[in-house]
Amino acid sequence: MNEVERTSGPLAGSLVEQFEYGLDAPICLTWELTYACNLSCAHCLSSSGRRDPRELTTAQCEGVIDELQRMQVFYVNVGGGEPTIRPDFWHLLDYAVGHSVGVKFSTNGVRITPERARFLASTDYVDVQVSLDGATPEVNDQVRGAGSFRTAVTALENLAEAGFTDTKISVVMTRTNIPQLDDFQALADRYGATLRLTRLRPSGRGADVWDELHPLPNQQRQLYDWLREHGERVLTGDSFFHLAGFGESLPGLNLCGAGRVVCLIDPVGDVYACPFAIHETFRAGNLLTDGGFAAVWRTSPLFADLRSPQTGGACTKCSHFDACRGGCMAAKFFTGLPLDGPDPECVQGYGETALAGERTVPSPSQDHSRRTPTRNQPVLLQLSRREEQPWSPAAPPVSACAEHPLAGFTPTA
Amino acid sequence: MDLAQAWALSPLVTLRPEPFGALAYHFGNRRLVFLRRPELVTVVRGLAAAADVRGALAAAGVAERHWPAYAGALARLATAGLIQRREGHAHGEPGHDEGDERP
Ligand code: SF4
Ligand code: SF4
Repeated sequence: MNEVERTSGPLAGSLVEQFEYGLDAPICLTWELTYACNLSCAHCLSSSGRRDPRELTTAQCEGVIDELQRMQVFYVNVGGGEPTIRPDFWHLLDYAVGHSVGVKFSTNGVRITPERARFLASTDYVDVQVSLDGATPEVNDQVRGAGSFRTAVTALENLAEAGFTDTKISVVMTRTNIPQLDDFQALADRYGATLRLTRLRPSGRGADVWDELHPLPNQQRQLYDWLREHGERVLTGDSFFHLAGFGESLPGLNLCGAGRVVCLIDPVGDVYACPFAIHETFRAGNLLTDGGFAAVWRTSPLFADLRSPQTGGACTKCSHFDACRGGCMAAKFFTGLPLDGPDPECVQGYGETALAGERTVPSPSQDHSRRTPTRNQPVLLQLSRREEQPWSPAAPPVSACAEHPLAGFTPTA
Repeated sequence: MDLAQAWALSPLVTLRPEPFGALAYHFGNRRLVFLRRPELVTVVRGLAAAADVRGALAAAGVAERHWPAYAGALARLATAGLIQRREGHAHGEPGHDEGDERP
């Protein structure tokens, strides 16, 4: 629609500019149905493990779906925790689809039996994203826990056999799996699936393992080059716009959409600016106590603030600012960097300098990690316990939820 | 895009009004498209009731000199599957020759 745009007078301006002022309803809404999870991935962005007793009831969830339908939210990205272990998960899936709200849900595969796979294959408007953080059991299970590779691959097999098409394989890119990019593609090809590659952000338990797991500078370059070559076939959402500083913008959304086009509803109905920003600082309200989701989305002072023009601080002098825009707000926040400065993984190297300086890493405002280690706790969790905690957090894994809601989104027009 | 053809919004598409125009989402192919002008939204909504594209453009009050630009925009919406060809004409309006109407 470029020609039309060029003649559009007051409505001219890039899509990015339109986005910056926010939309009447989010495009990329993530809804974490539960903090309960059978795994305990080391990098879980929502520190999941234990169910929160205040979790929304089935009736309350239906109420949320009714409201999303009224707001014409086209689809929700459902995650957790492991959403399929909620006993009413399949009912809510049906309910959403029946109310014109499409569902894309993320799973570690634990409940994707042949029977469920056949059910999913027979349902329109449902997308399934299976999380996998290594193309081999060794690499995957180190982060996600023993046996989790097998579980995910079994789910992929069941889906493929049932005739479910275009399953997504969600991968959080880490230091250990970036060398496996081609292997991931081969795995996706084997199951007729599409890759969704997302960025490791230091959110939730991800903060504990970020130093060890986040890609090294040369790996960032490797990832950028791979995406330049294969990017058309993979989904990345807004994960890698901070890599634009290597040269050209990559396909996907080049903008931090937090509170503008992105947001999160958590299992107890708290609304956050972004699934990677589960922290008091980015909590816009609660849909039970603040008049519903639409009211929070439209009137929260926090969101109004995020939708006002942001300053780029030191970044504005950078020649890549137009494309990179200083990177990811959550990544800066959880590494204790100023929000108006460079991203911790700034490809110009300013992030490393900033990380080396004075900074205070914010303490987590909540943690649903299991208090006792589980049988299949990832090795990485055992190595990376938070010191201030009197107990050892259960296996922190890279969880099913570790993916961005925008990861499937390609702005068109 | 042949302005003499009859088109309509796909039944799988939902349009959501936004300050800049509308967001269109196709529940089948999952594509999300921005309609960046309110007039374009009016045109798209009016396609089904108009005899042809020309009729929809006129009904939406689009000046004729802008028709080529709109035709380009509509062609892209067609490629994305958001709008589709419609058989025959609406409301028995006098039709145009549809001899070569292969899309
Ligand atoms: S804070 Fe980071 S993860 Fe969240 S929307 Fe912004 S760029 Fe994306
Ligand atoms: S200085 Fe800022 S804008 Fe420039 S590449 Fe680094 S993070 Fe991006």
